[in-house]
Amino acid sequence: MENFLYPTIGGLLIGLSASILLLFNGKIAGISSIFWNSFHRPNRFDSLLFILGLPIGSMLAYSWLGIATPRLPDDNMFLVLLSGLLVGFGVKLGSGCTSGHGVCGIGRFSVRSIVATTTFITSGIITVYLTALL
Amino acid sequence: MSKNIISLISGIIFGMGLAISGMTDPQKVIGFLDIFGNWVPDLIFVMFNALVVSALGYQLSRRMHKPMLEESFIIPKKNHINKELIQGAFIFGIGWGLYGLCPGPALASINNQVALVFIVSMFGGMQLANKVIKS
Repeated sequence: MENFLYPTIGGLLIGLSASILLLFNGKIAGISSIFWNSFHRPNRFDSLLFILGLPIGSMLAYSWLGIATPRLPDDNMFLVLLSGLLVGFGVKLGSGCTSGHGVCGIGRFSVRSIVATTTFITSGIITVYLTALL
Repeated sequence: MSKNIISLISGIIFGMGLAISGMTDPQKVIGFLDIFGNWVPDLIFVMFNALVVSALGYQLSRRMHKPMLEESFIIPKKNHINKELIQGAFIFGIGWGLYGLCPGPALASINNQVALVFIVSMFGGMQLANKVIKS
């Protein structure tokens, strides 16, 4: 039951957050763009506040629901650096990540976002398949 | 002022959603992408429900002249598929599959040192892509 319930509640909250941001502030909840804007644009203060909210929200969820904080493997820091670099490069070049393209973009039937999401899920699947072979 | 409060609240709700859904757990994300191996389909429910609610929010926004606290909606207008979109998404997917973190879950875990290293590297990658785009 937990396998189904928690992902469902989590998904609903993500959609709710994206809707609140759109209906009140007129903005798309694309995390990579908001993160970028929090360093670069004149309206960076409200972007920074959104980014600040993310760890606050996750910590509240872990403590209220007693969910164990996920372990982030640290045995291969080169992999962490490489992965971060590719994620950053890719989301900036491709104008979005899982939230901007996958949730908000597909939610407004943007063809670009449907293509982007299909592409990154496919390359993610290929990557996991290939790394499992090593 | 109030739009800043909305930003913070949206961020908090988003972070809760990521944590509750399991998106902040790299093992679950890699399990979701491992369709040829030991596939863990749980995260489909995250995507599906997030999508449905955000689609409802978007439909509601189309019936409004402007957002509650701003003068206009800022919606991406590009609609052509170019090679940057495909290449960028493909490279992002490789990075996502290598460790199991995407930008939201990484930022929601910024109090963890490994996530912090990931975020700094991610920021470097974004700067690099920005130079490529401008050149």
